[in-house]
Amino acid sequence: MKSVEQKISSGNVLEVKDLKTYFFTGRGVVKAVDGVSFELKEGETLGLVGESGCGKTITCLSILRLVPGPAGRIVGGEVILDGDDLLSKSEKAMRRIRGKKVSMILQDPMVSLNPVFTIGNQMAEPVRIHQKLSRRLVWEKVKEMLRLMSIPSPEIRIREYPHQMSGGMRQRVVGGIALSCQPRLLIADEPTTSLDVTIQAQYLRLLKEVQQKENLAMIMVTHDLGIVAKVCDRVAVMYAGKIVECGDVREIFYRPAHPYTKALLGSLPKMEERQEKLYTIEGQPPELHALPPGCSFAPRCPDVQEICKQEYPPQSIIKDGHCTSCWLFAARKA
Amino acid sequence: MGEILVEARDVKKYFPVNRGVIVLKHLGDIKAVDGVSFTIGKGETFGLVGESGCGKTTTARLILLLETLTGGTIFFDGKDTSELSGPELRKYRASVQAVFQDPYSSLSPRMRVGTIIAEPVVIGGAISTNGIKDRIAQVIKMVGLRRDAMELYPHEFSGGQRQRIAIARALASNPKLIILDEPVSALDVSIRAQIMNLLYDIQQKLGVSYLLIAHNLAVVKHMSKVTGVMYMGKLVEVVESQELYLHPLHPYTQALLSAALPSHPDEQREEIVLPGEVSTPFNPPPGCRLYRRCLYARPVCSEQDPPLKEVSSGHFVACHLH
Ligand SMILES: Nc1ncnc2c1ncn2[C@@H]1O[C@H](COP(=O)(O)OP(=O)(O)OP(=O)(O)O)[C@@H](O)[C@H]1O
Ligand SMILES: Nc1ncnc2c1ncn2[C@@H]1O[C@H](COP(=O)(O)OP(=O)(O)OP(=O)(O)O)[C@@H](O)[C@H]1O
Ligand code: SF4
Ligand SMILES: [Mg+2]
Ligand SMILES: [Mg+2]
Repeated sequence: MKSVEQKISSGNVLEVKDLKTYFFTGRGVVKAVDGVSFELKEGETLGLVGESGCGKTITCLSILRLVPGPAGRIVGGEVILDGDDLLSKSEKAMRRIRGKKVSMILQDPMVSLNPVFTIGNQMAEPVRIHQKLSRRLVWEKVKEMLRLMSIPSPEIRIREYPHQMSGGMRQRVVGGIALSCQPRLLIADEPTTSLDVTIQAQYLRLLKEVQQKENLAMIMVTHDLGIVAKVCDRVAVMYAGKIVECGDVREIFYRPAHPYTKALLGSLPKMEERQEKLYTIEGQPPELHALPPGCSFAPRCPDVQEICKQEYPPQSIIKDGHCTSCWLFAARKA
Repeated sequence: MGEILVEARDVKKYFPVNRGVIVLKHLGDIKAVDGVSFTIGKGETFGLVGESGCGKTTTARLILLLETLTGGTIFFDGKDTSELSGPELRKYRASVQAVFQDPYSSLSPRMRVGTIIAEPVVIGGAISTNGIKDRIAQVIKMVGLRRDAMELYPHEFSGGQRQRIAIARALASNPKLIILDEPVSALDVSIRAQIMNLLYDIQQKLGVSYLLIAHNLAVVKHMSKVTGVMYMGKLVEVVESQELYLHPLHPYTQALLSAALPSHPDEQREEIVLPGEVSTPFNPPPGCRLYRRCLYARPVCSEQDPPLKEVSSGHFVACHLH
């Protein structure tokens, strides 16, 4: 009962609250995800951006409770999907949820495809598990998915093995599998990294179409801001395991607040302008097992102040739905 | 354009495809590069873009003499590179260096950074041990690495730092041309900008020429004076980068540019979608390579291969429409 009420009142498909996932390693505790919160509505796309190693993939894997153990553990927080807390579910219940209510497109398509089974068999599997359909209907559904992902002659393709397809086709097959059970939430982790420009554009358009048709909520993980500009409604910028800024895509692009977001946008070469030099962020991202006290960005920040090195900044609301954790804004309010 | 450093004239590279165990049957050729001509000016950057598999890396490998030409000629400083031998060939190898995409696998893991950087200098010959040491120290400083970097191994560095090592190595023999094959695509956005600025500074200071290959059109536009667009082994358009982005003429270039990602959420671009699957350069049919996917194809396009011709000053296009 409670969950139904919640669903109606918040309209959120997903709510992640203060999520913490740590790796307990020989080097120390790696705080890969350290207090991440965000929410996602039906039909909405959230872009999760940030440098390599900042915790994007681990955030997604935590939602599905697929954090690589035994070193990795979710140590705190809540993941609420349609009103249900996933972190308190049994493993058996989680298995029913994965691939049905929540689907994930993994970073590397070759990892998700098994080389010894045909494309058809691999696409049919989740359909068989989650929907009680006759054999014939399952195959019809698989062909429909291939057609939907713009793969020509699906009758022939379902009998092929992954190595017989081009990289771009494989990525679309993985996308097809992820969408085949009409999930509520789709998590796409760098789905187009190995594609060239034209095929990438085609793939993104397809994802968007399916999303609109099914009213899917989607998390798009990427470090390419161009992809964010093209497909996302909202953006969460991650740095060293924390979300440092979150807001509407236009707010983030046109009125970025956090110095890291500004730097990220500034270091992008632009097609329409002629710049001699690009803006750069000096230095390296910090090691997650030895974070500096205070703001993690402080050692590289052009606007660093004394307090930044001592205490982590609180979250400030810039405008409805646009938040940042940075002393520059906390100070202004105080 | 000022003085010319490299001239590729009707360059071809075919990879034969054979089948059979005892008697090999020649089934045909992969025409990876099929009659490509371009020039690279001294101190300038020539950008090369195009679909995956269109022959960009093969073109680069031909210039590096890592592949033998099936046809055509590559001139360097006015000399035919296929006729170089002895000390002249050694000198050529030292004058042309390359930086590849993957900063993780392109540096040999068992060698110290100093040795890696010194290699092309040693190959070029004619320099004393002390001279080599000084040179390494110089280039290490130039690319912004710490002085003690030369004593370490590549795995002790991050991706961006490794790419700096690769650039230092390419600079060590004082080259005239550096081939940059996807030099920043494996790097993070913020590190990317550092490396692009570094390459820009080096060119300003040393007057070295670059052949830049990249998928990211904004990167190519940012760095190169002239851009060439390849499609299935052919150059289909060559023009100043600025002009290419403003007035692309070839139907493939138009589709390619329309697919580029926007730089902000309100950038409106009508996406041109080429119908059909990506074609392969194995035994391509006669006529224009784009014929089966082109939105404007005419009967002549399936019969005659359009030559690359100058349609307005400095703007070259290979298309029957122009
Ligand atoms: N199995 C593991 N053991 C220890 N640390 C790990 C493990 N997996 C990930 N990490 C650490 O967790 C942090 C976050 O990793 P994650 O894969 O989420 O990064 P990411 O933001 O997805 O980066 P990328 O853009 O490179 O994919 C990294 O710093 C990584 O070193
Ligand atoms: N040694 C080889 N033997 C046979 N075919 C080859 C060989 N090297 C390259 N090819 C083929 O030549 C064509 C051009 O390849 P090339 O590597 O030059 O493409 P590219 O434009 O660099 O692509 P990408 O952007 O994916 O790097 C491809 O069809 C490739 O399969
Ligand atoms: S809190 Fe301080 S160091 Fe961190 S981003 Fe803001 S200004 Fe820079
Ligand atoms: Mg990742
Ligand atoms: Mg290549």
